[in-house]
Amino acid sequence: MNLLRRIFLQKAALFWVPIFAVTWVLSAYSFPLYKALGARWIIKYPAGARLQLEAKISAFMQWLVEDASFGLFSFRDLTRFISSLIEAPYTFARNALIDGFSVGLGSDAVDVAPSLSWVAVIVTLAAMGHYARDWKLAALMAGCFGYLAVFGQWDSAMVTLASVLIAVPIGAIGGLLLGVLAYRVPAFEMFIRPVLDLMQTVPVFSYLVPILFLFGFGPVAALVATIIYAMPPMVRVTIVALRGVPSEVHDVGVMVGCTKRQLMWKVIIPSAAPTLMVGVNQVIMLSLNMVIIASMIGAGGLGYDVLTALRRLDIGGGIEAGVAIVVMAIALDRLSQAFATRVADELPSNTTQNLAGRHPWAVTVLVVAIGTFLLSYILPAIQDYPESMTLSTGTFWSDVIGYINVNFFDTFEAVKTVFLTYLLLPVKRFFVGIPWAWGIIVMTLIGWRVGGIGLGLLSGVLTAFIAAVGLWNKAMVTVYLCGVSVLVASAIGIPMGILAAQNDRANRIIGSFIDTLQTLPSFVYLIPVVMLFRVGDFSAMVAVVLYAMAPAVRYAAHGVRSVDPQLVEAGLVSGCTPRQLLWRIKLPMALPELLLGLNQTILLALSMLVITALVGTRDLGQEVYIALTKANTGQGIVAGLSVAFIAIIADRILSAFATRARTKMGMAS
Amino acid sequence: MQKPIILDCKNVWKIYGAQASRIHREHDGNPSSETLKDHGLIGAVRAVNLQIRQGEIFVIMGLSGSGKSTLVRCLSRLVEPTGGEILFEGKDLLTTSDAELIEIRRKKMGMVFQQFALLPHLTVLENTAFPLEVQGIPQADREARAREVIELVGLKGRESYYPRQLSGGQQQRVGIARSLAVEPDLWFLDEPFSALDPLIRREMQDEFLRLQNLLHKTIVFITHDFDEAIRLADRIAVMKDGKVVQVATPEELVLNPATEYVEEFTRHVSRSKVLTVGAVMTRGGDDIKTAGDVGIGQRIEAVADMLEASELPFKVLDDEGNAVGTIGRQAVIDVLVGRVLKK
Repeated sequence: MNLLRRIFLQKAALFWVPIFAVTWVLSAYSFPLYKALGARWIIKYPAGARLQLEAKISAFMQWLVEDASFGLFSFRDLTRFISSLIEAPYTFARNALIDGFSVGLGSDAVDVAPSLSWVAVIVTLAAMGHYARDWKLAALMAGCFGYLAVFGQWDSAMVTLASVLIAVPIGAIGGLLLGVLAYRVPAFEMFIRPVLDLMQTVPVFSYLVPILFLFGFGPVAALVATIIYAMPPMVRVTIVALRGVPSEVHDVGVMVGCTKRQLMWKVIIPSAAPTLMVGVNQVIMLSLNMVIIASMIGAGGLGYDVLTALRRLDIGGGIEAGVAIVVMAIALDRLSQAFATRVADELPSNTTQNLAGRHPWAVTVLVVAIGTFLLSYILPAIQDYPESMTLSTGTFWSDVIGYINVNFFDTFEAVKTVFLTYLLLPVKRFFVGIPWAWGIIVMTLIGWRVGGIGLGLLSGVLTAFIAAVGLWNKAMVTVYLCGVSVLVASAIGIPMGILAAQNDRANRIIGSFIDTLQTLPSFVYLIPVVMLFRVGDFSAMVAVVLYAMAPAVRYAAHGVRSVDPQLVEAGLVSGCTPRQLLWRIKLPMALPELLLGLNQTILLALSMLVITALVGTRDLGQEVYIALTKANTGQGIVAGLSVAFIAIIADRILSAFATRARTKMGMAS
Repeated sequence: MQKPIILDCKNVWKIYGAQASRIHREHDGNPSSETLKDHGLIGAVRAVNLQIRQGEIFVIMGLSGSGKSTLVRCLSRLVEPTGGEILFEGKDLLTTSDAELIEIRRKKMGMVFQQFALLPHLTVLENTAFPLEVQGIPQADREARAREVIELVGLKGRESYYPRQLSGGQQQRVGIARSLAVEPDLWFLDEPFSALDPLIRREMQDEFLRLQNLLHKTIVFITHDFDEAIRLADRIAVMKDGKVVQVATPEELVLNPATEYVEEFTRHVSRSKVLTVGAVMTRGGDDIKTAGDVGIGQRIEAVADMLEASELPFKVLDDEGNAVGTIGRQAVIDVLVGRVLKK
């Protein structure tokens, strides 16, 4: 505690206490002040001075679509060209998985070949599972996809899978190429880094808007959004992975006389392969997440089922589709992780064997695909899972939720009311009351204090932008919801992380719990929350807490676990009790990690917060959502940028804090 | 007769920091320590002159931070020197084009690395054949050649293993095999045995000497271990703060350390392993009664037992078989207790 106290209280109190006090007073009395002085500008940014950014962006987009031309071809031709590039493979994947191949249009269509049978798809995935790891994974794959067939989610799931199958290779290869370029050309890296930062902080909804505008409603627009969303982490991972290749390995390539191309493709990239595969896993999971969200602009599939269920408040249907998404997410995650960690066979296989001997699985899959295709003429059930045999859990879930709502209504209501009265509303009043002018000043001061004049100016300017586009109040609602959610997520997550770090059994349980939480697409969190707490700020908070808790747990566990064991031993030898050990040694040493975890929690919370606009928050997320429904590009981008700026300010200030804490403890990185 | 010079480096500099080459140029290619310090630059390699002759084992010895790794990287142009000339077989490496450099590296240079630097996704055979693959040599030919060198370094039977399945010593054998696959004229070894356990290190040094007896390569060997340097070197260059302090044979180094710094290293070296009969014999003495003959180039260690057992001294013969002096048991004792005076 001493160390904690030293870092935070010494001198620091002289800064933080007055800042907080002034903010409090201004927040509480801004309204009377405005009445007394008759100065409305105190609580509301003057309309005359507003930046007319929305209209300008909208007009620009309009021009882009209607008039822009690059000489030989117009902008519209370009988007059409991209559309056709993406549409062809997508149509193929969809035909292969679900629709079947046909020639002709509409009622004249003639079926040429059916899609892969459900049996063949399941066998293929199981085979991949076995190839990547073992029979257990094969069984998991078969089980998961078998579930989708038996419980009637097959068709939607295959539509979603087709999108993922197209988005992942494009995202992964595109990300790899951009990463290679950034690695080789420092100037390009300088350019792409801030772009990546922005991409990761701009809420997903807000680039749905321009994409919707450019590509129209439909699966192609959804795929474009998915690829844009899933690519940045791959670029980042690629840069890190290539940098991580030991310099000696690089030198070997040079010394044996590699050309630049040989060096990259034969030495550096293969050496970085394990890390690159981690990136691919991320691309897969992010693609799935986004394909679900992109159902709002026409992706179809499981996401669309959830969306319609949410809109109709169809409890059973929503949960059914939600569970199907979870099942699919877990299957894809485990499979891609297995590929990432797959150790090559001990010894290369004997090349003299015949084809079947060398590629047992490929041959099996081929045989099953052809076999089921032929068999389906006799036994149609092999082609399409028979409807009479599907089980529906919809009614069951409706009953469960109904039962809970009938019997525990008072309990849930009480919990909700307590949270609202004692936590949410006071915090909301505090943030919403802050006058915009003071907000800009205070953010500048804090930035300056924590990270120097540069950071101060940055946070001041970004805050001023939010005020100037007239979104101050909505932004403060976002800050409040995010703040409360992060507080609750940390209050639950950090102790869990500490527990996981100290106890192996707890670590296993918490670890798999967190893993599962992290694989779930963000949309899924909305379903149970709405069912139990209906719409409103509290529901939004619960969803955000669930979604954003993972990094708090992870970083706390990692921070506590990576405390130098010699320090712990020194504490033990000095006769610390376990409690003292935790409070006096482990936690202070883990502080920088805790701060980084907090940082990640905030970023995740913000990205989820925007999605919770679907359950009726009145913040920047709602602004973006409205823009989306009206296809108002300017509004969407401006609100999206505001969210991104909040994220950037939080990220920079907390990173600066973590660096300071680290330097003070002599652990400078 | 001296062998021809294979690698000749003249006034080589490597300076790190902003505007290093401008400062280097403005001070006529010889900036002083103060100049460097004033501009916040670090002189990793400073004014190094070395001649490496055909077939010799030339060891560059220095502690960490002395610039030895940077120097060897300058010699192979993995690092671009700030100034100087590096003549390889008479051709300045610093002015060769990239294409020529690739050709030289493909055909004439080999390098072994401290951390082995094997490619994790390739087998022993593929790793060894990699330099040949890069040159576009057909698979059958390159694998045949790779098998030869793998056998040479004693890894026959492990061709299809992956690096992670091998011990550290075995991995470095692969590293050595790989660097030998192209039959290089000039062989760089950058602290090849530093990452190995002491016992394995010794075994690998023996292995290295065995290979050199077979292959007679021109070798630049980097180490921070003075004992290793003494054991392997024909000549040693001692480096400190980016400068070469002394270049000499192991024996000269022990007998005539140029500075206190070098002397500090030599102090704990077992002299009987370094000094030769010639260094401690008494000149002349044709008329003294002797017990037998010893060669002038023999190490004291090798003849100590014989000298000690005999009352009479031994006659010392030079390479042509002429008697040039005598040596007795007293000389052995002097060497063992470190009483040998500086010449």
